[in-house]
Amino acid sequence: MSKEIQAVFAGFGGQGTLFAGKLMAYAGLIESREVSWFPSYGPEMRGGTANCSVTISDSPIGSPLVATPDVVVAMNQPSFDRFVDAVKPGGVVVADTSMVNDLGNRDDITVVGIPATKIAEEASLKGLANIVLMGRLYAAVPYCKPETIDKALAKCIPSKKVAMLEKNKQAIKLGMEA
Amino acid sequence: MIDQNKEAKIVYQRPHALLPVVTNYCPGCTHGIINRLIAEVMDELDIEGKTIGVAPVGCAVTSYAFYGCDMIEAAHGRAPAVATAVKRVHPDNVVFSYQGDGDLASIGMCETIHAAARGEKNTVIFINNAIYGMTGGQMAPTSLPNQVTQTSPYGRDVLKAGYPIRVCELLSSLDGVAYLERVCADSPKNVRKAKKAIKKAIQTQMEGKGYSLVEIVATCPTNWGMTPQESFEWMRENMLPSYPLGVYKEVVAEGYENAAAAAQARAVCCPIAQSKNAE
Amino acid sequence: MTEKVLMKGNEAMAESALRAGCRFFFGYPITPQTELAAYMSKRMPLIGGTYLQAESEVSAINMVYGAAAAGARVMTSSSSPGISLKSEGISYMAGSDLPGVIINVQRGGPGLGSIQPSQSDYWQATRATGHGDFQIVVYAPSTVQEMCDCVYSAFDTADKYRIPVMILADGMLGQMMEPVVLPDKIDFCDLPDKPWATTGHGHKRSHNIVNSLYLTAEELEDLNIERYKRYELIKQNEQKAEQFLTEDADIVLVAFGASARIARSAVVAARGEGIKAGLLRPITLWPFPVDAVKDTFDSAKIYLTVEMNMGQMVDDVKLAVNGKRPVEFYGRTGGVIPTPAETLEKIREINERIGE
Repeated sequence: MSKEIQAVFAGFGGQGTLFAGKLMAYAGLIESREVSWFPSYGPEMRGGTANCSVTISDSPIGSPLVATPDVVVAMNQPSFDRFVDAVKPGGVVVADTSMVNDLGNRDDITVVGIPATKIAEEASLKGLANIVLMGRLYAAVPYCKPETIDKALAKCIPSKKVAMLEKNKQAIKLGMEA
Repeated sequence: MIDQNKEAKIVYQRPHALLPVVTNYCPGCTHGIINRLIAEVMDELDIEGKTIGVAPVGCAVTSYAFYGCDMIEAAHGRAPAVATAVKRVHPDNVVFSYQGDGDLASIGMCETIHAAARGEKNTVIFINNAIYGMTGGQMAPTSLPNQVTQTSPYGRDVLKAGYPIRVCELLSSLDGVAYLERVCADSPKNVRKAKKAIKKAIQTQMEGKGYSLVEIVATCPTNWGMTPQESFEWMRENMLPSYPLGVYKEVVAEGYENAAAAAQARAVCCPIAQSKNAE
Repeated sequence: MTEKVLMKGNEAMAESALRAGCRFFFGYPITPQTELAAYMSKRMPLIGGTYLQAESEVSAINMVYGAAAAGARVMTSSSSPGISLKSEGISYMAGSDLPGVIINVQRGGPGLGSIQPSQSDYWQATRATGHGDFQIVVYAPSTVQEMCDCVYSAFDTADKYRIPVMILADGMLGQMMEPVVLPDKIDFCDLPDKPWATTGHGHKRSHNIVNSLYLTAEELEDLNIERYKRYELIKQNEQKAEQFLTEDADIVLVAFGASARIARSAVVAARGEGIKAGLLRPITLWPFPVDAVKDTFDSAKIYLTVEMNMGQMVDDVKLAVNGKRPVEFYGRTGGVIPTPAETLEKIREINERIGE
């Protein structure tokens, strides 16, 4: 079978989970791999959880809906609880422990908790906890070349928002080191 | 005896924009008169070549074959939507729809109100004869209280079947509307007035002032079960009090450049409505 | 090569339509197609086009009717409940021989149903998009790239045969992002002439009439027969399908759109277990790719349709197979997306049966 990584990004609406997924998808696109990004949509977005599925693969992707992820980025407790049991054995969950208190008890997967919201706020990067988590995710699962992350950020952030791009790069770095 | 040597002078002839075809209207019906008036206006404004008409479903359903201009047959009630798109595609052309009371005020009321609200630069010729003619005389949205029809055999019971809709009055509240007039065609004088209104409506469109509609209070001798003369009498006695003739809106006469300017003035206390888009 | 961009299916279809020369779009909000209308509302004013939010889907399709009659390349989009409302206008378009593109980003039904992806409008699209004797061309793309390509060619197909064309997508394809290479912008000079359109004759030709009313039965019969001759031509020329590992397949899966993606994964997994499975993926649902089905007769022992409905396309597969082989169905409905694993389970079960 070909090399494939399936990910789920989940949190409250407004935490930037869809953006985080898009960042990963762009990394795949830049490296000319097969990519899909599929969001939850409809009423579920209103005040509830927002999540998206991302797949990067070397062969055509079947369902873009990820049922059994290799990695999960969870930005709140309900999202963590919803997806942790679906993770494939050997998989990785990256959780924002500023928001997730209970990291479950699965011993066949790696659960990495970092206080991403707190880290972001302390570095004057309010609202970039999602990107801090993306940095930590990359440290745990390097799904692309390191330089691709910066290129993907440049794709996802409008070119006129230069300051925003720099802040995102800083957030990635903080996450990687956390 | 006609003096064959005298030079002939044409005093009356078929308008160019009206094709030499046999219409399907009943004897004594005013549809034919109105069709002719529209064609005369097309001739006088020299717009047959740039006019696109939209025919309704109702007695005028085959009127697409009567006019010399390009014509489209719309689904029942949808003429305003069809006309909207035609005008958007060809903004320099003249677009009119011709609709009866069932088509315009019942099944097509939603399309009618929204086309008017959008201020579509189209002209609607609305024939109100208080009955469904083509299907054989059923109750219409404009049928009068206690009016007997095939589907109100004991007379229109307003407590059960509701009240008639006054289209000009209803549309007069809408900001997109530039010109509304109600006329009838029961006498040479009124026919001339009706033509004047139709011409003004088309000119309102051509000058880009906004939506225009002319309501013609009409008769249906066949389904009313009367002679043409009796039906005119019945119309004058019963319909005109319910549907008074006159101008219901004319933004230019009110001193505005167009419907948009009138709307802007009306919304003077609303900051967001004072946008750059409104002229 | 042109650059690949990451786009949602809904947005990619919109952009592709613009590149195909569509300058008129009439829409109405409904999940899960709304991004398409939103994209049009953003782009159209910048390129001199018209985006108009109609008061209803009924009105929107009648605006499409009007713009098509006026000779424009025109499109509308909706999702299942809205398509039911559009069926009136689609019938009138067919009856008046008007070209236009209609997009259905399907959701679960009947009624208000769900907002999740579904394929339960297959019958509606291929059998009954409105009253009367008519067909429309139906494309069923299965990737965002193919959505783009189908929309682009839909305008040409519509103009060529003077027929409404539908893109039958679904919530999954509409909402997902995939890399896509956008088609080149057409040269407006290349658009076909429409001498039948109601554009104002300028006294240079006789008046044109766009109409679907014929009060003489024989006249309407003649026109319907003429139209069906055109449909035969479409059947000959426009069938499209993709074959995947079907050459030696015992079990031929037949699936379209989103469910074809799942079926493909299941076929790959089945092959990994030594099961000779293949996938036939119709890209046109009408005309149904009967020729492609016939191509699989040599090897196929059994057919399995995989659909996101209670079993609709399975009827067309049965008609194409015409009793020569058994045809089975596997599906999920209501907006539930079948998984490759459960599809594989069905393949295994069939494989055991036919091995006996």
